[in-house]
Amino acid sequence: MNHTIADAAVAASRAKITMQYRWGISEALFRRLLYFAGLVLVVLLMAIFFSLVISSVPALRQFGFRFLIGKTWDPVRGEFGAFAFLVGTLMSSFMALLISMVFSLPVSIFLGEYFRHGNASTFMKSVIELLAGIPSVIYGFWGLFLLVPLVRALEAKLGVAPQGVGIFTSSLVLAVMIIPYASSIGTEVINLVPSDLKEAALSLGATRFEVIRKVVLPYAYSGIFAGVLLALGRALGETMAVTMVIGNSNFLPTSIFSPGNTMASVIANEFTEATGSLYLASLIELALVLFIVTTIINILGKLIIRKMSTGK
Amino acid sequence: MKEGLKVVVFFSILLGLCSWSFGAEVELIGAGATFPYPLYSKMFDVYHKENGAKINYQAIGSGGGIRQLTNKTVDFGGSDAIMSDKDLQEAGAPVLHIPTCAGAVVVTYKLAGDPELKFAPDVIADIFLGKIKKWSDPRIASMNAGVKLPDTDITVVHRSDGSGTTAIFSSYLSKVSPEWKEKVGAGPSLNWPAGLGGKGNPGVAGLVQQTPGSFGYVELIYALQNKMPYGMIKNKKGNLVKPTIASTSLAANNALPDDMKVDLTDTDAPEGYPISGFTWILVYREQNYANKPEEKAKGLVNLLWWMTHEGQTYAEPLHYAPLSKAAVGKADKLIKSITYKGRPIMK
Repeated sequence: MNHTIADAAVAASRAKITMQYRWGISEALFRRLLYFAGLVLVVLLMAIFFSLVISSVPALRQFGFRFLIGKTWDPVRGEFGAFAFLVGTLMSSFMALLISMVFSLPVSIFLGEYFRHGNASTFMKSVIELLAGIPSVIYGFWGLFLLVPLVRALEAKLGVAPQGVGIFTSSLVLAVMIIPYASSIGTEVINLVPSDLKEAALSLGATRFEVIRKVVLPYAYSGIFAGVLLALGRALGETMAVTMVIGNSNFLPTSIFSPGNTMASVIANEFTEATGSLYLASLIELALVLFIVTTIINILGKLIIRKMSTGK
Repeated sequence: MKEGLKVVVFFSILLGLCSWSFGAEVELIGAGATFPYPLYSKMFDVYHKENGAKINYQAIGSGGGIRQLTNKTVDFGGSDAIMSDKDLQEAGAPVLHIPTCAGAVVVTYKLAGDPELKFAPDVIADIFLGKIKKWSDPRIASMNAGVKLPDTDITVVHRSDGSGTTAIFSSYLSKVSPEWKEKVGAGPSLNWPAGLGGKGNPGVAGLVQQTPGSFGYVELIYALQNKMPYGMIKNKKGNLVKPTIASTSLAANNALPDDMKVDLTDTDAPEGYPISGFTWILVYREQNYANKPEEKAKGLVNLLWWMTHEGQTYAEPLHYAPLSKAAVGKADKLIKSITYKGRPIMK
């Protein structure tokens, strides 16, 4: 009897030692893996940036700053200016953001404040998640066959050229596509507002609306803004859905209804058949500009978030 | 450190396993034009069953095909466009253009009743230049007596993606309209003076079919498959020609140059449809490069021969225009000129 207990104790302590030994190894390995994963991401981003710069050298050398302000994009004559596409990208993305915010903010408040639990809430959350999972080419076709005729009818009523496709239509499609990004983060953030804050406001006699306006939204602003920023990043880079409904015309857009083009859609459209090193380099420089624009917008957004959270 | 090594070893074995499964068989790799892809996949499938050779063709676009051939990462390229002098210079060694089939581009439109319209070449050019703005324009009406044309604006629709279809179409417009040649020119992507762009044939077709008064262009096979209306065009000899597979083949039934680097638009062929073009397989004349074994070079030559002869029977059921007799004769000579270490592969 004694014997077995002693045996068991020895075995247990041995097991403990091996476990410690093993655990020690996997601890180190795990940490290394984490470092590795983090480092890979940074290296990857830098590698993308530098390869874009290197590959666009012929265009950078040929056009310099003119690339950004040039209005002509003529592959036949080898003259490349990205201004019209830059404007098209920013116009369609920011308009999409405005339209989507009209929906995403109420949805966030609805799911984060009014209907946090229950079947209706779960159902609605999964519907929104599903929106994010639909492939963009499907959004493109949906836009082309459903939205375009509607927009055309609207344009006919407003008295502008009834083309149906254009920056406005692409903003509508983009808005639907980015609602899930903005609203799901918004929901989470509103969910996180401490209930004692809300209760304090309620106990002072504030109505539900006042609580949302004066307590919840100010508290959650920076988080909501972060979600909007993520959505904007998605809108800036969206390619397939946009290219199907924006009209793909290389002119500078004159109104929100005029056809235009975005940087991402030009790249997607022309890359496969681009021959000649200058043409290819110009397309890659377009990608570089898109990369930089996205980075600038992200940094600006981060600054605004920081300012808002310290201002509280 | 030891663990790090283990991870490295593990991943390299994994990588090794992944790449090991390839290359065990002799196979040919090609890449390029998307236009002939349905025909090529049919041809390569039949060829694989009959001859055992495995052919892997990636439809990445003509420009990509030329780039990959120049980088010597493929055995052959596919292209709807003739390589430019600059492309040939970058290729470093002579590249042969072997035609495999012909295709046509048609003008399509959306008007009430889907009438069959007739067009003069300069009218098409001026519509795409944005100079003819209304369907009721006398220059359209004069060729289409009996068709009631509405007083609506013409919405021009073009391809937004770079494509061989646009290259053929713009090459035609450049030949029939000096103004087009000067202002726009020819190429797979253009600085369009007017209109909207749709991505791919489906994108153009989608815009044309749902915009009343639209006017665009698509490949003949696409119009046939989707039963879209298309116009007859007056060719160089003054004959009104309806685009069909037969009239496309006929466009190439005239004097052809030996190197087959020929643009079939606006040819002298009296019965030929004027907006036609070959699609080519591009190969280096000298096959001894990048450590390519002679077996592979032989396999390539046999494949090319089969495609331009037996393989031609698969063209018409898929709405492609088979090579004319004159074209096959020229292709034979080109295939026979392919060498390995300076000696012709096929005698």
